[in-house]
This record gives sequence, structure tokens and C-alpha cells, in this order.
Amino acid sequence: MSIEEHADTPLKPGLRAEIDAWVAKFPPEGKRSAVIPALHVVQNANGGYLTEELMRAVADYLELPHTAVYEVATFYTMFDTAPVGRHKVNICTNISCMLMGSDAIVEHCEKRLGIRLGETTPDRRITLKVEEECLAACVGGPMMVVDGHYYTQLTPEKVDEILDNLE
Amino acid sequence: MSEKAEATGPALVTIEVDGVEMQAPKGSMIIEATDRHGIDVPRFCYHRKLSIAANCRMCLVDVEKAPKPLPACSTPVTDGMKVSTRSERALKAQKGVMEFLLINHPLDCPICDQGGECELQDLALGYGRGVSRFSERKRVVKDENLGPLIASEMTRCIHCTRCVRFLEEVAGTRELGGMYRGEHLEISTYVGHGVHSEMSGNIIDLCPVGALTSRPYRFTARAWEMLSHPSVSPHDSVGSNLEIHHVRGSIKRVVPGENDSVNECWLADRDRFGYQGVYSDDRLARPMIRGESGWEETDWELALEEVVRQLRGVVDGHGADALGALVAGNATLEEQYLLGRLARGLGTANIDSRLRQADFSDQDRRPPFPWLGLALEDLERQKAVLFVGGNPRADQPIINHRLRKAVKAGARVSYINPQRHEFNYRTDQHVVVPSAMVRELALIAAALLDLTGGEAPGGLDTLRDGAKPGETHKALAKELRDAGRGAVLLGSLAECHPQASALRALAALIGKHADVAHGVIPEAANLAGAWLAGAVPHRQAGGIPEKIPGLDARDMLEQPRKGYLLLGLEPELDCADGAAAMAALRQAETVICMTPFVTGSMLDYATVLLPVAAFGETSGTFVSAEGRWQAFPGVAQPVGEARPGWRLLRVLGNLLELDGFDYNACDEIGAEVERLCESVQPAAVSEWRVPPVVRPEKGMQRIGAVPMYAVDSVVRRAAALQQTPQATDISVGLHPSDAAALNLADAEWVEVRLRGNSVRLPLRIDDSVAKGAVSVPSGLRETAALGPMFGALSLKRA
Ligand code: SF4
Ligand code: FES
Ligand code: FES
Repeated sequence: MSIEEHADTPLKPGLRAEIDAWVAKFPPEGKRSAVIPALHVVQNANGGYLTEELMRAVADYLELPHTAVYEVATFYTMFDTAPVGRHKVNICTNISCMLMGSDAIVEHCEKRLGIRLGETTPDRRITLKVEEECLAACVGGPMMVVDGHYYTQLTPEKVDEILDNLE
Repeated sequence: MSEKAEATGPALVTIEVDGVEMQAPKGSMIIEATDRHGIDVPRFCYHRKLSIAANCRMCLVDVEKAPKPLPACSTPVTDGMKVSTRSERALKAQKGVMEFLLINHPLDCPICDQGGECELQDLALGYGRGVSRFSERKRVVKDENLGPLIASEMTRCIHCTRCVRFLEEVAGTRELGGMYRGEHLEISTYVGHGVHSEMSGNIIDLCPVGALTSRPYRFTARAWEMLSHPSVSPHDSVGSNLEIHHVRGSIKRVVPGENDSVNECWLADRDRFGYQGVYSDDRLARPMIRGESGWEETDWELALEEVVRQLRGVVDGHGADALGALVAGNATLEEQYLLGRLARGLGTANIDSRLRQADFSDQDRRPPFPWLGLALEDLERQKAVLFVGGNPRADQPIINHRLRKAVKAGARVSYINPQRHEFNYRTDQHVVVPSAMVRELALIAAALLDLTGGEAPGGLDTLRDGAKPGETHKALAKELRDAGRGAVLLGSLAECHPQASALRALAALIGKHADVAHGVIPEAANLAGAWLAGAVPHRQAGGIPEKIPGLDARDMLEQPRKGYLLLGLEPELDCADGAAAMAALRQAETVICMTPFVTGSMLDYATVLLPVAAFGETSGTFVSAEGRWQAFPGVAQPVGEARPGWRLLRVLGNLLELDGFDYNACDEIGAEVERLCESVQPAAVSEWRVPPVVRPEKGMQRIGAVPMYAVDSVVRRAAALQQTPQATDISVGLHPSDAAALNLADAEWVEVRLRGNSVRLPLRIDDSVAKGAVSVPSGLRETAALGPMFGALSLKRA
């Protein structure tokens, strides 16, 4: 009879407590619903990105197949599976924002930071996330989200100011 | 939906499809009804054995009053529904979907292995446009290595997710998934883990395009050049139905033969890829005789004359009892029958197929053949199963698949084994050293008798060694008794156990008092057939008791004979005690090997080598664990001058001037055995007889289970299977606490000693092995020198 042991998991007790808090919000048979918040918890504690080891640890902890967690982690752009910069800049490139000129915003950011979408500045300050989908702020397009904060009606000047303020 | 389910199932509704009125069970999908009535609805993602994903949209049909076309695979029928699969709207929708599916498809059919049997190609012909309107760039997907069995070309993938769903739902190993999303969606393991399920090959059949193809078969033939003939798997006692695809008598691949009562539409990888072994380099092409100056090739006539001379020499010089015949448990019924008659014709009943078994003490009371105790199909309807000794996931993957279905339907499956195995379903596993398996089973029997108030039969107390049933035993006993439908099954390891007779007696006792089925799973494809055909020393064909039983497989080797007749085996790998087998054969003056393969050790002990047909090359019959007789034709051209075993034995019988060897065809022999078995009914052991008590020798106990890709000579030569992790990981498994006690925790290699023999192997610290036991697999060249599958051994750092 095997008892699930979590002895060598990279999930330290503090993280497990946080995940438990999420698990508690769902009915016992719906434990898997906690996978997205759990991945957030783990990602935040790991400098903004997930490793294979961490994804497996979350899977084991929630009793999910490893593949199921990889699927979730690769599906959502809010999860990163490779090292990232200190700040994540997500420029919406979906239809409304595109019509409002998001292409120019992207181009401006790329020039200004000297990197392409999907890349991180050499000083590891900023990661420009690739192909961000509609972030539900169409009314303020073009828009972007920086570390979870929404910035709307962007202009190149506004973008400069925001980027410059990121340490 | 089977006929039966239809009869007892939910209410029927009437629908009309393309003007044809039909009935369908309420709640079933449109596509099930059209399939049943032979109306073609194009599809990619739908598969009757998998959950409904409805993601390809190829099956769109026109449903009256519906505002838009609906997917036939996920639209339930309703009474009075009118469906059109070929209306303009339906066709337009289907064509539209096809155009989208082809957008990212490479259209590389000329270099694609699936060409000619591709669902996408076929449907594109019917629904595709002649010219593509898509001029943008197509996406490309990098391939990952899925292992030695499955080749992938993921750019061709159309994301139907059949492979993903199969692995999750049927194989129970969610090894593939849909990574990323949208245009970037890729079917992969993400981490390059490969696909390792013992049933992995089925995703090749399921993949409707050429994204997943068979690595061993790839580029060796085109679908339209091959002929297909039915056959039966020779690798386990399930009797999986196969189709052999061949080009002018050369086997190119093996795919499942559908049989819902046996293997459904699935195959274990062993059954699918085993055929590769048939064409291994060490096939014996011509008969050979050992002469004064060593081995010489010769023709059949001279070889057979020599065999006759040598056999006569043994019989005349030492008496018929100096002769022993051993025949593989996966030889055909016809071969086993003829060899049995040949031996008896020469005056001895020394014939056996139970090569890996060690305990024959109850053979007289055993039923006419080792029987599963219930129908294969019924396994999945059990509520509680106690499985003793064996790992069906490796030994009989389809039985494991049925047990998994039972568990998914709420059953409990418990195991008693000397090693914990990784199952693809929830189990309770009780791990004890091999010798203690008897005690555990006796304690469950005792607990059961306490429950039912039954009287303990004589000897039970001895078997339980003075111990009292614990909570687990009581729980297991209660579970079985309350199951309503339950079974106690003895697996391959139990059949080969040194106290197999005690295990069988106890299983029968439990079966009787819990009122559940009990049975055994024969460890070879046609061992049941061997009993029926008289390839056992105590019974003739038809189960007729032998007045003076011959020697069993073990005695024949432990009391060396002067002459041996071997058919289809490599004794050092296929016998319970390979070392004893080698010793016995080396001292014999005559050893006739009828074998598809020639090995170094055969050249060492044999006196005549006769090439016989291997899997696929001979017609014959197998009788499966559930007692199903399945005849199959000879499909492939035997390699070199090899002949089907039955032909060879027929000629030999005639040359030896034995009566009744004048058969014209293989099916005459099969029919003869069938007639002899007319009154034979499958049965399980019923009465209790006190089994002999064997005290285990002191020391660590060997677990000599045979790895899944080492069970017979063909599989052992199947190149691709031999590259899988299941085959390449050969090591000695030791529990960490034993490793610490023996001061071996940091040892990389160990020397294993058993009865004066020793081998050197890598050590694996493994807490799945029972404390006090050591896992040293048998059936392998690396361990053949060690001797018996069970027994006390010692370990030393090497
Ligand atoms: S690999 Fe084949 S079976 Fe799997 S999703 Fe792609 S097309 Fe379907
Ligand atoms: S399209 Fe950019 S926020 Fe919706
Ligand atoms: S078969 Fe119906 S959607 Fe794929």
C-alpha cells in the first residue's frame, strides 16, 4: 500500500500551505481546479517562471498526471517555463488593440529595449511576452499589462515612462 | 453498442438518416447509429472505444431544424430526428472543415508511411479541393523521440487527440498531452519522456494521419502491396487476435484483429512488435548434424534418418525411459500433440510443456487444463479480484487492461506478490517474500472461514504457520465474500512458484468459501493446449490419465536422460532451472533440437538441429487461458529450409514406423485433438488435498520473474522491443533496508550466488522488492547461469 510521500518535493511547507488554501476552496473531488493558482504560487516563489521539477511537484501534490500540468502551464501565457526578467511586459496584440495600433507599440518597445517579443533584456530587467491575447480591456486599446498592472490608451511616450520606471 | 446492451439498454428512439428510418438507443450519438447502419460519416477524432472529444468537426451533418450543421459524434439522437449526411449543407460543412484541416498539413503523402491507408488522405480525396487556396506559410512542428517503437512526424498531426485519449483512458498512462495552444498546439510529452506504455503501439493504429507510425515497419512496404491474414499471438495466454501483413510471405507488420471478447481492437506491444524476432540473424536455415569433425549442414532426408538412428540408439541402448521430450508452451497444439504421440509411440510418457514450473505434486487432481476460471470478458465485471503471484501488466497486458476496466467500474483489485508493481489503476498490494505468499493466502482463507463459520480443512493451520489473520487478511476475505462477483487469480509467477500446488489449493478453498471464481493464468500462449494435447507426462490427449505417468519437466532435467527431443525452446532461458537444463543436456548422448533459431549453447549440447517454422510461418491452434480454441493459418514463408513443426513430426513418426501419422494437413490434426477433447469441460480445482509443506532454505530469496520481453525465443529477438526500457534495464533489485544490512547501499555491482552458481549484475536499490527477497530476473542470458527462478541466494559486492 503506497502512501503518497512528499519528502523530497521542492514545494516547501510555506508554499504547500498557500496551495492548501486554494485547494480548500474547491470540493475534494475538484482538487485539480487548484492547478492554476498552485502554479501561480510556485511561479511567484521561483523568480517568475516554472521549472519542469516544479510542475511535476505541483502535479504530484494535486495528484494529477505530469502531462496535465505541463498542458496547463504551456497553454496560458501567464505562465513561463523558461527564466524571465524581473518584469513581464504583456502587450495585447489581439484584434481591438491591433486596430488601435498595438503593432506600433510593439515595435516601439522592441526598439527601445533592443529585444524582440519573447526575449529578455540582457540585464534581466524586462521580458517582452510573446503574442499576448485579449486582456479584456479592449475599451482602452492599445493596452498592456506590466507585472499585473493594466495600462491603457498607450502612446510611445506613455510606454517609455512606464518602462523607465521599472527598476 | 453491442446487441446485448441494445436489448437491455435504454429506450429506443426512431430517427431518419438520409431517408432511412432507424432505431437508436436514447442518448446515443448520431454517429453510432449511422455506423451501425453502414452509413458513412467522415470523422477523425471519434473512436468507438474512446471518449468523445468532438474536436475535428469532420463529422458535421445536417440535422433538420438545427440552425447549423452538428457534429454527428457528439449530437445525441432524439425521437423523430431527421439527419442528412449528404445534403448540400452537410457536404459544404464537411468540405470546409477539410480545407481547414489541410491548411497546416504538409501534404507529403509520397514520403509518408501512412500513404494508402491514411484517413486524411482518403477523406481529402472525397471532400478536399483539387487546388489549395492557402498560400501562406505552413507551420512546422519539431519531432521528439517517442522511443524505439513509434516514429513521429508531428507536422502531420491534425490534433484529433486520439493518441492522448487512448493513453489516458485505455493505457492509463497519460504520456502525451496537448502542449501550448492555438496555432502552436503540439501533441507531445513536453519533456522528451517518450511513450512507454506496454500498449503504446495502439496509437499507431489510432492516429488517422501519418503523425505516428510504426518505427520497425516504417518504409518497408506500402499498404496496397501487402496481404493480410489472421493469426493469434504466441506470447501470452490471452490469445489476442492478430492480422499479419506480409509481402510475398515475408511478414512486414502485425496489427490487431478485432475481437471484443478477447483483445477488443487493441494489442499489447509484445504482440504487435514481436514478429521482428522471426527474422533474426540466428535463424537456422538448414538441418545440421554434429559429425566427427564438427557441425555440418545437410539435407532433410539425411538429417531425419540420423534422428531416427539416434532415437533408436537411445531407446534400444537404454530403454525408452532414457528419453525426454520438452516442448515450448507456445508451440502449436498440433506440434504438442504429435510430439506427445511420438514420445509415447517410442514407449515413454516423458513429455512436458510446463517448462518454468517447479511444483507438480497436484497434477493428478488438476482439471483438464489450467483455466482462468471465468471468461476473459467477465474479468471487467468483477467487483473484487485477488491476484496472487504475477504482474499481469507485463505478463498478460490484455488481462491487466480488463482488470483496469473493472477498477474503473468500481472494483477492488488486490495483489499478493514478492514485489510491488506499478499498475495503471488503484490497487492494494501486499508484498512478502516468495515463501510467505503461501502463508498470506492461508491467512486470508482462515479469515474467510472465521467469517463464514466454515471448518478449516486439514493442513490449513500448518500452511499459515501458526500466524493469526490480521486486519488486512480479514478485510480481503470480507471483500471477496461480499463481492457477489469476484475472483481469485493465480498469475504466471504463482504457477512457477516452488509451492504452486499450495497456492492453487488455497485459491480454490477461498474461491469455494467466498463463492467467487478462481483460476490460473497459464504462463505461455498454449499451455492450456499442451494439457489438452497430451504434452504433459501424466495425461494423454483429451485429458486421459496416463497409467504410468512420465517424468515432468523438472525431473527430466534433474534426473538427466540419455536423449532429449526439444521443440521450440531454449532450455537455459525457458526452463525453471536453466543451469540444471544445461547440465542435463550437456551430458546427454543425443539431443535433437527442433528449433527456429540456432544458439551457441545449442551447438554445444545438440547432436542434430532441425529448422522449424516460427510464428506466422506455421498453421496451428492455440488454446487460451479462458479455454478458447483458435486456429490460424500459416502465413509467412518459412525462412531457409525450415518446415512447420507438424510436418516434420509427421514425417518423423512415419520414419519411426509409428501408427497414425498419416496426416495430409494441419487441420486434420487439430480436428483429431478437438474430437478427443469433445467431453472436456473447463473446470477449476475443486477438492482440497493437503499440499506438501516446503520449508524455504535460509537466506535471501530470489524472485526470478521473467521480464515481459524475455518470455519466449521470438520476443527475445525482437529488436525494437529489446531497445525499450522494459528490456534494457537488467539489474538486481534489493530493498534499501536489506542493502543497508548487507552493507551494499553504495554498491554498484553485486555478485549473486545461488547453489554454487554466480553471476555479476548491476545493483538497484528498490523499495518495491519485499524485505528479505532479491529480484533477479530469469529468462535472460545474463542470469541463465544462476539456476532456479526461486531459491536462497547470497549477495556480495562486486
Ligand atoms: S498524433 Fe495522430 S492521433 Fe495524435 S493527435 Fe495527432 S493526428 Fe491525432
Ligand atoms: S484586444 Fe486588447 S484587450 Fe482586448
Ligand atoms: S469526429 Fe466528430 S468532431 Fe471529430
